[in-house]
Amino acid sequence: MPGLGASFGRGGATNFLEDLANSDCIVIEGSNMAECHPVGFQWVGEAKARGAKVIHIDPRFTRTSAIADLHVPLRIGTDIAFLGGLIKYVLDNELYFKDYVVAYTNAAALVNDEFVDTEDLDGLFSGFDAENNIYDETSWSYDPGEQDAATEQPAEAAEQEHEEDAPEVKASDRGQAAGSGGPPIPSKPHRDETLQHPRSVFQILKRHFARYTPEMVSEVCGIEPEVFEQVAQWVTSNSNRDRTTAWVYSVGWTQHSVGAQYIRTCSILQTLLGNIGRPGGGIMALRGHASIQGSTDVPTLFNLLPGYLPMPHADQHGTLDEYVADAAGKAGFWGNKRAYMTSLLKAWWGENATAENDFAFDYLPKINGDHSSYQTIADMIAGKVSGYFLVGENPGVGHPNSRMNRFGLANLDWLVVRDLQMIESATFWKEGPEHETGELSPDTVGTEVFFMPAATHVEKEGTFTQTQRVLQWRHKAVEPPNDARSDLWFFYHLGRILRDRLKDSPDPRDRPLLDLTWDYPVEGETQDPDAAAVLREINGFGPDGQLLNSYLQMKDDGSTSGGCWIYCGVYADGVNQAARRKPAKEQGAVASEWGWAWPLNRRMLYNRASADPEGKPWSERKAYVWWDEDAGEWTGKDVPDFERNKRPDYEPPEGAKAQDALAGTDPFVMQGDGKAWLYAPAGLVDGPLPTHYEPAESVVENAFYSQQANPTMEHIEGPWNRENPAQSEVFPFQVTTYRLTEHHTAGAMSRTLPYLSELQPEFFVEVSPELARLRGLSNGEYATLISARTAIEAKVLVTERVRPIKLRNGTVVHQIGMPYHWSYAGISTGDAANDLLGIVLDSNTHIQESKVSSCDIVPGRRPRGPELLEYVESYRRRAGVDSGRVTRNGGAPRVAPMDGQQEGS
Amino acid sequence: MTSISSVSAAFTGRDPGNRLYGPVPDVTEQSGYEPEHPKRVGFFTDTSVCIGCKACEVACKEWNTLPMDDSHGVRDALGDLSGMSYDNTGQLGANSWRHVAFIEQSRAVDLPMPSFGRPGDDRPHAHGMPAPDTGDLNSTATAQASVLNAEALSEFDPQTGQSGADKQVRWLMSSDVCKHCTHAGCLDVCPTGALFRTEFGTVVVQQDICNGCGYCVASCPYGVIDQRKDDGRVFKCTMCYDRLTDGLMPACATACPTQSIQFGDLDELQARADARLATLQDQGVETARLYGRDESDGVGGVGAFFLLLDEPEVYGLPPDPIVTTRDLPAMWKAAGKAALMMVGVAVTAIVGSRRPR
Amino acid sequence: MAGVKTWLDSWPVYRQLTGADPFGRGSAARSKATDATVSRTATADKVVKSVCPYCAVGCAQNVYVKDEKIVQIEGDPNSPINRGRLCPKGSASKQLVTSPSRVTTVRYRRPYGTEWEDLDLDTAMEMIADRVLAAREKGWQVEDGPADNRRRVNRTMGIASLGGATLDNEENYLMKKLYSALGAIQIENQARI
Repeated sequence: MPGLGASFGRGGATNFLEDLANSDCIVIEGSNMAECHPVGFQWVGEAKARGAKVIHIDPRFTRTSAIADLHVPLRIGTDIAFLGGLIKYVLDNELYFKDYVVAYTNAAALVNDEFVDTEDLDGLFSGFDAENNIYDETSWSYDPGEQDAATEQPAEAAEQEHEEDAPEVKASDRGQAAGSGGPPIPSKPHRDETLQHPRSVFQILKRHFARYTPEMVSEVCGIEPEVFEQVAQWVTSNSNRDRTTAWVYSVGWTQHSVGAQYIRTCSILQTLLGNIGRPGGGIMALRGHASIQGSTDVPTLFNLLPGYLPMPHADQHGTLDEYVADAAGKAGFWGNKRAYMTSLLKAWWGENATAENDFAFDYLPKINGDHSSYQTIADMIAGKVSGYFLVGENPGVGHPNSRMNRFGLANLDWLVVRDLQMIESATFWKEGPEHETGELSPDTVGTEVFFMPAATHVEKEGTFTQTQRVLQWRHKAVEPPNDARSDLWFFYHLGRILRDRLKDSPDPRDRPLLDLTWDYPVEGETQDPDAAAVLREINGFGPDGQLLNSYLQMKDDGSTSGGCWIYCGVYADGVNQAARRKPAKEQGAVASEWGWAWPLNRRMLYNRASADPEGKPWSERKAYVWWDEDAGEWTGKDVPDFERNKRPDYEPPEGAKAQDALAGTDPFVMQGDGKAWLYAPAGLVDGPLPTHYEPAESVVENAFYSQQANPTMEHIEGPWNRENPAQSEVFPFQVTTYRLTEHHTAGAMSRTLPYLSELQPEFFVEVSPELARLRGLSNGEYATLISARTAIEAKVLVTERVRPIKLRNGTVVHQIGMPYHWSYAGISTGDAANDLLGIVLDSNTHIQESKVSSCDIVPGRRPRGPELLEYVESYRRRAGVDSGRVTRNGGAPRVAPMDGQQEGS
Repeated sequence: MTSISSVSAAFTGRDPGNRLYGPVPDVTEQSGYEPEHPKRVGFFTDTSVCIGCKACEVACKEWNTLPMDDSHGVRDALGDLSGMSYDNTGQLGANSWRHVAFIEQSRAVDLPMPSFGRPGDDRPHAHGMPAPDTGDLNSTATAQASVLNAEALSEFDPQTGQSGADKQVRWLMSSDVCKHCTHAGCLDVCPTGALFRTEFGTVVVQQDICNGCGYCVASCPYGVIDQRKDDGRVFKCTMCYDRLTDGLMPACATACPTQSIQFGDLDELQARADARLATLQDQGVETARLYGRDESDGVGGVGAFFLLLDEPEVYGLPPDPIVTTRDLPAMWKAAGKAALMMVGVAVTAIVGSRRPR
Repeated sequence: MAGVKTWLDSWPVYRQLTGADPFGRGSAARSKATDATVSRTATADKVVKSVCPYCAVGCAQNVYVKDEKIVQIEGDPNSPINRGRLCPKGSASKQLVTSPSRVTTVRYRRPYGTEWEDLDLDTAMEMIADRVLAAREKGWQVEDGPADNRRRVNRTMGIASLGGATLDNEENYLMKKLYSALGAIQIENQARI
């Protein structure tokens, strides 16, 4: 979550669900919280019962809207315009929390005089390389302060040299690394505490958002100025010393080609309003899977190592010194990067990681580009990938352009599917839609498939990390049946077998595997590895073999180990803290003794900001963490997210490093300057400030700038991923995808269950009565939706809850709602919504824009078999899109596309 | 047998204990339980906080091991998309003891006499054709403002686009359930003693006794109790009688994420509901009302009552339910011999219906 | 006579006519099965503490086990997060475990095969190990980059992985550790999506 990471220093929700009850106003935007997180929504209900205002900003009227005080139906893909309007409103009317802004944000920082804003470049920032569609971020940096010590830091100089060597290296890996630790900046900047300097962040902000007027918001978002005014009033009147407003988002923001910047816009607004680090405030990132937060903390992501340490980059990180150069000598807790990394290397390679061999740093493979999921699928189709493990994931349904995903699977040598049910991604070779069209068949697909049955959540032990960073241990209730095994079992034993096979290998390439620490105790008939032993390794050990209590104990000399530094403390005092279940009634509202939250069991991040610079609560009503002068420590309702004994008046001495270089008034302890970033001098690849761009497949022209869409957007090209042209008459309607309460993602965990299937038995789309009339669609009957990818059919629900948006110039934007749970397997079935979507990516996160694309919709069922291919091809021709015909198993044709029967090479 | 007329109010034509109609101070004791029986329990379903998640439906089915059904009573079959908003369960039945209704309402706000078009009106009915989407004015609904957006509404229309879009949307959701009536028609007519009142004051079918005669089905003023087609016996909510014996709440109330379904002692729930109603009315939610709370209504008040935001009919609830056996005492007085015959039939039915166990 | 009296006592109509429930609508109507009613939460062998596997709210669950089978899963009222409540998916999670369509044995599809075949678990593990080593070798890169800027990468492009975000932290950890040691870098997760 680089949007949050680049703003505050950590890529996690700032507050916790129960704390929503303390809010005076809750804005849910980019999230359908009541439907997708129903049990979490009880805390919104709690706040409402106490008198809080609840606002739902969403293109659709959903079950969340149904019990909100106000629903704002904005046009899909225009949240930056809306939030930008609020920022302007706050600045113009001087409604920001001035004391907070001056003390805790980078509003006073001065920016490099080479920076040029989108105001002056019609939608582009300075540094754009039009040939490669990337930015050189140099001009966005702070005006360096006098304490710049770059020249005294050889390692850092090396880092800068490397960046100059390889300007094509994208900052994406650094952006993701901001998950826990703000992006590196060279030094603390010059500041103008009056905020008047024209190059101060505050003044830049004012200029940047000058054109986000209520009228512009109205025109772009398609809502009444009065509605905007009402939101602005409720939000600003509930954001001050005594009151706080919370903002809630989920994938309704991330799944856009400017997704990270959506979150940045909200971060700027919430920072100006002084709502970060305070009870009832914050930005709640609601995540959609049991351990999706855990899956980024302890990532199975190509560009990250555990704890948001970046994967080493071939062009920058030849040695451990180079790897940690960006953090060496820096302020903030990121300044200890070397200790975190060394401890990780010790956890992985134990005694084989020594100071002499750079702690086995070279054992790590290096990345040098986008190796993310979608690029990998394209590589599969090109025959570059031999084997694929799908571990509880169903890309043949759940990923955008699932058709392209299936082609990827069809070109593998082998595929291992670990799941509970026989999912579509395991049966594509004989049952998928391409089987019907003749594009794939068992005769042509050579992929060898192993279906390995998995254990359910009650058949194994381990931790999930939920949406607000709380780890909770699950005990095993029963043994998994038959061949079903945990994924821990599978990977442990696979590793054991591989190590055994290679044990006599002289090849240095095999040393990383053979030198790996891989001696987990096993138990029971099935030889299941002990998950608690793995969690202890993640926590880490000190030189005496004792479990560490805190990452502050980690050393860079190899004397400590720890597999994920931010999880250090989960085994504090030798106790599995994640397994704590002290009943809520027996503890305070923060419930610190239920499970364990990273970092160091702090439930609310940046909570030092809940007190004023002197350390006193901003108000009694919003007291949370404060300085106790007598005790000489920070105290309060939660664990302080601050050094417990650092005085509020502490000023860093000359030459201080890491956390010692942060002052007693620097609450954002992972940031190099200790401040919340209104302006991001680093960490994002598409700009230091958010800018409204239209989605890739928008049917509307960008009213703000002539730059239509995000200039850095990533595209994946091939016949299976054709893009609908923007503003196309052939694909005139916007479509958005989402979940329903009754189902779960790609459906393997819900469409297979009778009790959930009967509640939503069929794939459907939601359209307005106006669109139904326009296209002759009938409630309960079939319709066909067409894009440049394919055509799918769905039942139609005609509902007033979906509204056409009329723009000032008379344009009517019709929006179609499309839940994406279905495919052909299971009890409840239907076409896969994701087949309709293409893949374009946010360049910060490599996340796809599945929240908005375009299509056509007509009544009736879609053509079957090869006729479907010609039907879609006819749309492509009309829209001026290249042919989407593919050859055997989805390969790209070598010559110009052929009409009629496809070749079967 | 002569003692019957002397002990039974029904046969005298007097019903001083209101055993068939009107308020009853202690329906449990009246049913033969010791005075120290547990307090009468019930459900208070506050629809103003329902998010339509259907956790109640699933938790009920999981606990009571009810089958999936196609919404027309065919078990283990998957139905088609109903087209009725997000409601694919249809109604309460033998296989669905909780049912969440979804009511979409839209209002034209520019008109001098705003009207609600009920969403059911412009949707095709079970097997019918789409009805015209306007014109069906609900006279009582016309007076009602959008409840939950009441404050917002007083200032502007939250659903109005700048283009003069003229619709305002409200989406009501409500989880329906057996009412566990004070005067339960099903119980009163059951000839086998399969239906009985528990020590908690709830009304439960004993599956080991029910012989599938179906008298109760017609006698329920709410249309709740239902025969399972391939089984013959009747089924309905037991208020999780088995869970109550273990000191647990019913499965639906346990799961409900927003406390829309509240379980507890009935008198306490009634007090809570009265307070909630007052709060909503203070907030200007004038359309809020309690349903089934009134003990002088046609069923003597119910054990499962509701806070609604619109007329009961909007939710598919009868506006003025009356226990079907209300007039029984008078009838029996007029035909005492016939009544004695009925008892005879009942005894025969009980004996004849014993299932092999 | 005692026997007759007992028999009579158990006869509902007799109880109805002589007891405090003259209409036979309450205590007099109770069947033996009703009197023997017991909640399966009360008869469970143990209650195991768990967490719902669906969304990320992290609702705590109580898992009731009887004879090594799951008999009930419901919310844990002690949790400060969900206070015992569950959504429809969480409420259906027993069905997730006991689903009859769940596949619990290894299934194998050979290249160009038309049907699934059975395969022994150990054999499958060995076969997968063979394939991992071959794919690793086939996709191995010592260096990569443009001709004028070759960089050491020591990795394989032959193996990719995609995990769901219902993986435990411990599982993700072992996966990342093993893959990295093998040199595999195309390791992704639902978290990207």
